[in-house]
Amino acid sequence: MDYSQFLVMKQEIGLLVVFLLVFLYDTFMSKRANAAISGFTVLLVGLLTVYGFCCGCPGATESAFAGMYVTSPVIACIKNILNVGVLIVLIQSISWNNSETQAIRRGEFLELILVTLFGMYLMISARHFLLFIIGLECASLPLAALVAFEKNKYESHEAAIKYMLTAVFSSAIFMMGLSYVYMLTGSLYFGEIASVVATESVSVLLIVALAFVVAGVGFKLSLVPFHLWTADVYQGAPTSVTSYLSVISKGSAAFAFLVILTQVFGAVYCQVWEWMLYALIILTITVGNLFALRQTNMKRFLAFSSISQAGYIMLGIIGNNDMGMASLMYYILVYIFSNLAAFGVIQAIENATGKLDMTDYRGLYKSNPHLSFVMMLAMFSLAGIPPFAGFFSKFFIFTGALSGTTSVALYVLVLIALINTIVSLFYYLLVVKAMFLSKEEPVVPAFKSACSERVAMWVTVAGIVFLGIVSCFYNDILLLCQQYGLAGALV
Amino acid sequence: MEIKLLYYLVPSLVMFCCGLYGFLTRKNMIAMLISLELMLNAVDINFTVVNRYLFPGSQEGMIFTLFAIAIAAAETALAIAIIINLYRVTKKVDIDEAKQLKG
Repeated sequence: MDYSQFLVMKQEIGLLVVFLLVFLYDTFMSKRANAAISGFTVLLVGLLTVYGFCCGCPGATESAFAGMYVTSPVIACIKNILNVGVLIVLIQSISWNNSETQAIRRGEFLELILVTLFGMYLMISARHFLLFIIGLECASLPLAALVAFEKNKYESHEAAIKYMLTAVFSSAIFMMGLSYVYMLTGSLYFGEIASVVATESVSVLLIVALAFVVAGVGFKLSLVPFHLWTADVYQGAPTSVTSYLSVISKGSAAFAFLVILTQVFGAVYCQVWEWMLYALIILTITVGNLFALRQTNMKRFLAFSSISQAGYIMLGIIGNNDMGMASLMYYILVYIFSNLAAFGVIQAIENATGKLDMTDYRGLYKSNPHLSFVMMLAMFSLAGIPPFAGFFSKFFIFTGALSGTTSVALYVLVLIALINTIVSLFYYLLVVKAMFLSKEEPVVPAFKSACSERVAMWVTVAGIVFLGIVSCFYNDILLLCQQYGLAGALV
Repeated sequence: MEIKLLYYLVPSLVMFCCGLYGFLTRKNMIAMLISLELMLNAVDINFTVVNRYLFPGSQEGMIFTLFAIAIAAAETALAIAIIINLYRVTKKVDIDEAKQLKG
């Protein structure tokens, strides 16, 4: 075996080195030095992100292990986006992770986060379903342990068992679908499956198999008929883990879903999966929005908001073109910044006062003007109000869904999504109204958030504003996608 | 006399559906876990049999089955660990006990 092909996996090796360093630090350093482990990890992940942007990027599409593993500039780009998200999540979690109750398992939190990130890397780069499944499980099993992380809180365990059972259930359904795909095509390589699917006529078995595959990934993405676990898990998990689940885990699964649908089953787009996705998107956006309207707990509220955002992300897939792919990546990037800004504020308030209810945010502007300003920006960006990044990500994803199509059905779909944007504006503004317009005395007293939390908020606010103003950044992603995207990524 | 492919595929599908039914109806978390195990094993049977009958030239399905078994074991271990944690709090293993999170 040629061991030099491991060198193609530059970013994975970088992440593995970071993981090992954190692990060794956790094991061998003295108890006093252990308090600095969060900062140490943030430093290393920061270096990894810089490394990914500078030299981790391959010049062209490269593959290893007989084509099971593939990397290209597009794939490196989505991994860099995930790195940025993980970096912000880690900075936000520092003050929680340094608290007294966390003292004996400080390192474990960081290590588990890094392992799940490794699984997501594999999931994105896999071009063989065996490697894909390993990556998927490597990403979702440690997450169940993370959800159960607050050992002395009952809610954490309840959320964990719900997450665990649905994760296993979804991967069983996914693998059942795969077994039928294998029966039809005789291979598990993405490329070989794609060529068999393209030449043979559509059979009932293929439709059933694809429905199983879509359902399996739909659970991970919490698309609507499969979303029932989301709110409970988001509410019960520690807030750092919730923010990780809602952006990083969702973003990577969305990209992997795009690869599976457009590249492996791209040939049967019209006959099989366009209408499946069509129904899922309408259901996801609408039901997510309607349930978000009646939530009072902030974490549950953001859970339903993230369900409806997942529906918008799927709009990038249904277009089945390069623009859709680019707008999906841009949407994930913007979504990372906006959602993490909201979670940053929630976490700061939770750490200071333990309050999580929407009624506790009344009059927040009077006591904590800065926090409420960050929250307002996050809500505006999530709702898609023009100068901020969220508007442009929605704009591009609608364009991506419609480019190169004349079908009326897709226009109707985008119209429904647009109407839903207005509905979502209502509930996002409810939070803003509670913070700014409420006449009542503030529930949360004035407090000074930790230094790390402020840094994270500055980064996310900068991201929201910057990505809004410099939205031409999207062009760079689009160029990459046109060059290495749908056509070139299969080896 | 060789047994036909269909005689493997139909029982595995039945097994999968039993697992699905069990997962959706049982209240005991251990029973739910057993149902999940049934579903995963149905997948294993499918892969092995398809590999043996339809594509005997390669070993892809068999290798996949080996990995799937290992992954299923890891999943079960983790799920049982979480169930034990929950049991310490509620002294029950019914999923109905786990209903404090709602809204």
